[in-house]
Amino acid sequence: MQEHDMSWVRAEMALAEPAPAGVAGFQAWVRKNLIASTGDTIMTIAGIALVVMILPQIINWAFINAVWTGPDRTACATVAQGGVQPEGWTGACWAFVNAKFGQFMVGRYPIEERWRPILVAILFVALLVPMLIPKVPRKGLNAILLFFALPIVAFILLVGGMFGLPHVETSLWGGLLVTLSLSFVGIAVSLPLGIVLALGRRSKMPIIKTLCVIFIETVRGIPLITVLFFASVMLPLFLPEGVSFDKFLRALIGVSLFAAAYMAEVVRGGLQAIPKGQYEGADSLGLGYWQKMYLIVMPQALKLVIPGIVNTFIGMFKDTSLVIIISMFDLLGIVKQNFSDPNWATAQTARSGLIFAAFIFWLFCFGMSRYSMFTERRLDTGHKR
Amino acid sequence: MKHIAIGILGAATLGLMASAASAATLDTVKAKGFIQCGVSTGLAGFSAPDDKGEWQGIDADFCRAVAAAVFGDGTKVKFTPLSAKERFTALQSGEVDILSRNTTWTINRDTALGLNFVGVTYYDGQGFMINAKKLPGVNSALQLSGAAVCVQSGTTTELNLADYFKANKMEYSPVVFEKLEEVNAAYNAGRCDVYTTDQSGLYGIRLTLDSPADHVVLPEIISKEPLGPAVRQGDDQWYHIVKWTYFALLQAEELGITKANVDEMKNSPSPEIKRVLGQEADTKIGTDLGVSNDWVVNIVKAVGNYGEMFDRNVGSGSPLKIARGINALWTKGGLQYSPPIR
Repeated sequence: MQEHDMSWVRAEMALAEPAPAGVAGFQAWVRKNLIASTGDTIMTIAGIALVVMILPQIINWAFINAVWTGPDRTACATVAQGGVQPEGWTGACWAFVNAKFGQFMVGRYPIEERWRPILVAILFVALLVPMLIPKVPRKGLNAILLFFALPIVAFILLVGGMFGLPHVETSLWGGLLVTLSLSFVGIAVSLPLGIVLALGRRSKMPIIKTLCVIFIETVRGIPLITVLFFASVMLPLFLPEGVSFDKFLRALIGVSLFAAAYMAEVVRGGLQAIPKGQYEGADSLGLGYWQKMYLIVMPQALKLVIPGIVNTFIGMFKDTSLVIIISMFDLLGIVKQNFSDPNWATAQTARSGLIFAAFIFWLFCFGMSRYSMFTERRLDTGHKR
Repeated sequence: MKHIAIGILGAATLGLMASAASAATLDTVKAKGFIQCGVSTGLAGFSAPDDKGEWQGIDADFCRAVAAAVFGDGTKVKFTPLSAKERFTALQSGEVDILSRNTTWTINRDTALGLNFVGVTYYDGQGFMINAKKLPGVNSALQLSGAAVCVQSGTTTELNLADYFKANKMEYSPVVFEKLEEVNAAYNAGRCDVYTTDQSGLYGIRLTLDSPADHVVLPEIISKEPLGPAVRQGDDQWYHIVKWTYFALLQAEELGITKANVDEMKNSPSPEIKRVLGQEADTKIGTDLGVSNDWVVNIVKAVGNYGEMFDRNVGSGSPLKIARGINALWTKGGLQYSPPIR
């Protein structure tokens, strides 16, 4: 062995020294973020004071004093208000949400048929969750099941009228069922349609280009409320008596076309961000138009506009509340409708119901937003921006 | 009432369409096996969904009464919730067979809009609610001089208020808000002493206040809002069925026929009761109307008489606790009066 002839080389990295106390750890974090300057310190103290003032009251109202179950308004009203609670009591009336929960979920869907929307919900979750987890294999099959098989099965189950299932009119649908089915169809239709419209708008063929521009600009130029209002108030006058377009179908078409027009512009933004060299490179490889778009341009363009796409989705999810204009009751609509039930009219009912609705909306929107951030990070392979 | 511009627009359009409804409604209703009933999107005591999602209220029950008259079964009715903007189109286009949606009867609606109102199921009008703690001893609207009044802006309610105070030479300071929810919150917080809107609404709002017992609805009504069901023009048979269903409800109350005693009443010695309940030999009252002869029995079995309907939905049997007032029978000093059923 000739080890003594070799100069000494360290075989492994030296262990990192802990950062000096002044720049890491809790103390440093506090110093940097909370009390860096006089202004910061004042803001921090004011902030803490605000939280201390508000938070106990909120917790008190929403949890400690809240009523969770009860037969009717007496559970959520003080003695002076005609109920059972002691004088001066205020608390959330979750009993109202509890009693109306079925309605908030599926509207006035007949109670003995409610297993149908529940089954659809289970199928939806069972197909959506593996779709969202990148590691789960067979994405192609999963997508076909989710976007083609599920809508057909859901249609048969929810509408009925075949295979021995009683027919349930869409006018009885409501609540989260309406919100989710409108958004799911809207999302599933608007993304592909939006991509096609965006490509059409950048096409060199004049007729296709003109048609796409006219569609996008017309739809973007009219408020959704106007379209829904027209579809429900004016359309029946032009149809023969007794012939009526299903209201829910009108809303579905309106919302989908709307989202598609907005989506088209989002996707076009992505297309414009792709350097000309990418198109030319694809051309020089001899790829056809669709190959070029599918293999080279779209993967890059769509990745760039994920925030815009998800933004449109979230906007659409919340816009579904506008179907109240045509007397369809989405989650918010059915919650507000139930405020009119005199058996539950108390000072706390409206607050509790609205907070419940807000929480459900937040849950879905926050979920979508976090998932989009996750996807962005996962796809961010080429360049950090 | 609040959508005059839309009403005019609708009137212009509907004028062209008024002749569209020609097929006999009774036949179409019988063919499909149920009555399609237009109700509100939610108004306490008139039409609002209960815990099971069933529509409850005077307006909803009235449709059940018509279904009972036509089919002998009060459950053969489907409800369509309609917004104020949609309601007339829905009736005119045949989407609903009856509009039973707390709608005020006016001449414009009866003529230009092509509707036929069948009667007044609830005499409503603008009223006042006061905070009795802040205004002790006030028991009439005429004592409200100098009060701060909460009112929704841009409504006929606001105009009626101004007229009323001016006519009675009283001062007031209006506290005006855009949205009904804001008015409720302001009144609840004590920013005004008086709240004015339709009287039936005041009772519903009172339930949502922090201390309902402190608040009193004053007896005065300063505007006429007769609410009633309407049908399409041009179908007299259907119009008569719906109209006489309303009268039958009143007649049953006048004769003391209730949901509980209707079967005993069939054997009553009184010829009038027998006649109304279709127990006279060779009676043709029901069949002439286009329904079965025991139609009144069916109606009362389904929803009770008018008084029971009122008590259950808005009166003493409901959380709203609205007094009968001018909605009492004519025999008790009210305005509800039925022509004789004979």
